[in-house]
Amino acid sequence: MSVDVSSPPESPAAIDAVPLRHPSRWVAAIVILVLVALFVYGAATNEAYGWATFGKYILDERIVSGVWITIQLTIWSMLLAIVLAVLLAVMRLSPNPVFRAVSWVYLWVFRGTPVFVQLVFWGLIPTIYKNIQLGIPFGPTFFHLNIQNLSMYFVLAILGLGFNEAAYLAEIIRAGISSVPEGQTEASTALGMSWLLTMRRTVLPQAMRVIIPPTGNEFIGQLKTTSLAVAVPFTLDLFGRQRDIAGVIFEPIPMLLVAAAWYLLITSILMVGQFYLERYFSRGVSRTLTDKQLGALAEAQTLGEAGHI
Amino acid sequence: MTAAADPVTVPMVKAESVCKNFGALKVLKGVTLEIGRGQVLVLVGPSGSGKSTFLRCINHLEQVNAGRLYVDGELIGYREKAGKLYEMPPREAARQRRDIGMVFQHFNLFPHRTALANIIEAPIQVRGVKKAAALERARDLLDQVGLGEKAEAYPAQLSGGQQQRVAIARALAMDPKLMLFDEPTSALDPELVGEVLGVMKKLASEGMTMVVVTHEMGFAREVADQLVFMDGGVIVESGPPRDVLSNPQHDRTKAFLSKVM
Repeated sequence: MSVDVSSPPESPAAIDAVPLRHPSRWVAAIVILVLVALFVYGAATNEAYGWATFGKYILDERIVSGVWITIQLTIWSMLLAIVLAVLLAVMRLSPNPVFRAVSWVYLWVFRGTPVFVQLVFWGLIPTIYKNIQLGIPFGPTFFHLNIQNLSMYFVLAILGLGFNEAAYLAEIIRAGISSVPEGQTEASTALGMSWLLTMRRTVLPQAMRVIIPPTGNEFIGQLKTTSLAVAVPFTLDLFGRQRDIAGVIFEPIPMLLVAAAWYLLITSILMVGQFYLERYFSRGVSRTLTDKQLGALAEAQTLGEAGHI
Repeated sequence: MTAAADPVTVPMVKAESVCKNFGALKVLKGVTLEIGRGQVLVLVGPSGSGKSTFLRCINHLEQVNAGRLYVDGELIGYREKAGKLYEMPPREAARQRRDIGMVFQHFNLFPHRTALANIIEAPIQVRGVKKAAALERARDLLDQVGLGEKAEAYPAQLSGGQQQRVAIARALAMDPKLMLFDEPTSALDPELVGEVLGVMKKLASEGMTMVVVTHEMGFAREVADQLVFMDGGVIVESGPPRDVLSNPQHDRTKAFLSKVM
């Protein structure tokens, strides 16, 4: 065996081979297509689906306003959950034993009881606490609010959904924080950064890469959990509205399809958002160069070669 | 600055019988040494000898259990009032660390920030330097460590040697009066060791006070003013590197040096 190092490198012709065939992929595709076609045909011709009713109500004013309410429930409850969860996770990992205990008890209660039960409880708050007073215990009162007089089921639904979700998100955030190597905290500490600054500038941004994908799932999950708001009872959301309409027109199946179609549409939009968030927070993680960087390198290479000749 | 801090006579680092234990395990059993201004002290010794722990005590990443450690005349990690020691609040410990740069074995660069952003992070967030000024200084430091064209690269896109040079620049951006190096070349491919040692040599020649834990005996011989050999949590032997390396007095030193040289 010899290695010729003296001769200049020649450019061999690029390989032009016959690509590998994949017959099993084609067979599988055909089988699936046939099955799907059969199902679609069956669904289209089966009157129980009530496609005419579906078409009539899919853009109904009440349904569209229900969609809007569902989106609001999701966003507000998730915002509440995220703020609470960051607080809980940081408390859980803080050097302060009191904070750690409070966080643990919160998680124990809210993860240990069903969200449906919690929502019923939230709905009963105006019955349990008839009014809210702000003041010194056994002393003067500065502020008084009779909550029985308010119709606040929308707010109660947000509180119930948000407080429950915070417990789950807190665990996700804690896992994310724990995934950041100790050396990162050490380097920040050595640079004179405080614990809080280290959390905010070094640890949490890196934890985001681990936190974002499951949080996206939780967001989508929360969108669907809003349908449990009927337990509060709050019925102006998508699920409550379709149930009310179905009760009047006695056609539950097409109305459920209307609700399902809307949930699917919003979920799809959320998934697109998640894709971009994940890409943003994974920057710096991969050694793989971006198209822009590869382009710059290729250009430099071409220039170098040109200079050689 | 305390009243005792006379800039000429006070040593940069003064350790008096420093002890450190982790639970029942005694890692440092009374380390006493002094490092003058602009001096380079190289700590060598087998793994587990306590050299890295001692280094980490100097900037209070580890809390000393007994003895006293002073940097620039200031007691590290505690406040002494009327003969009684008080644990230092985190804010004050952070203030002490600002002036002590540290370089780690595994670089510990912030992976989510570019080289430039790594360097300006602490000056802006901790010292409150204006962004424009911090950027200017950071570019200057990157040029000094020979990485001027890598400003926008993320750590994962840099070689180990380049990452460590960025880490040195990051520490220097805080204008430290003392630099600690914890095995800065141990995680590097042999061919990359030289570029990091080169930067450190330049730093030493510019008068930076440095404490270096390393296995690079060539560097110790060339750059160190003082070589300290540690084993079992105590200083076994110390002195000018030429003397210790070519004429070790203790058997333990001889045994260790015969393995690493």
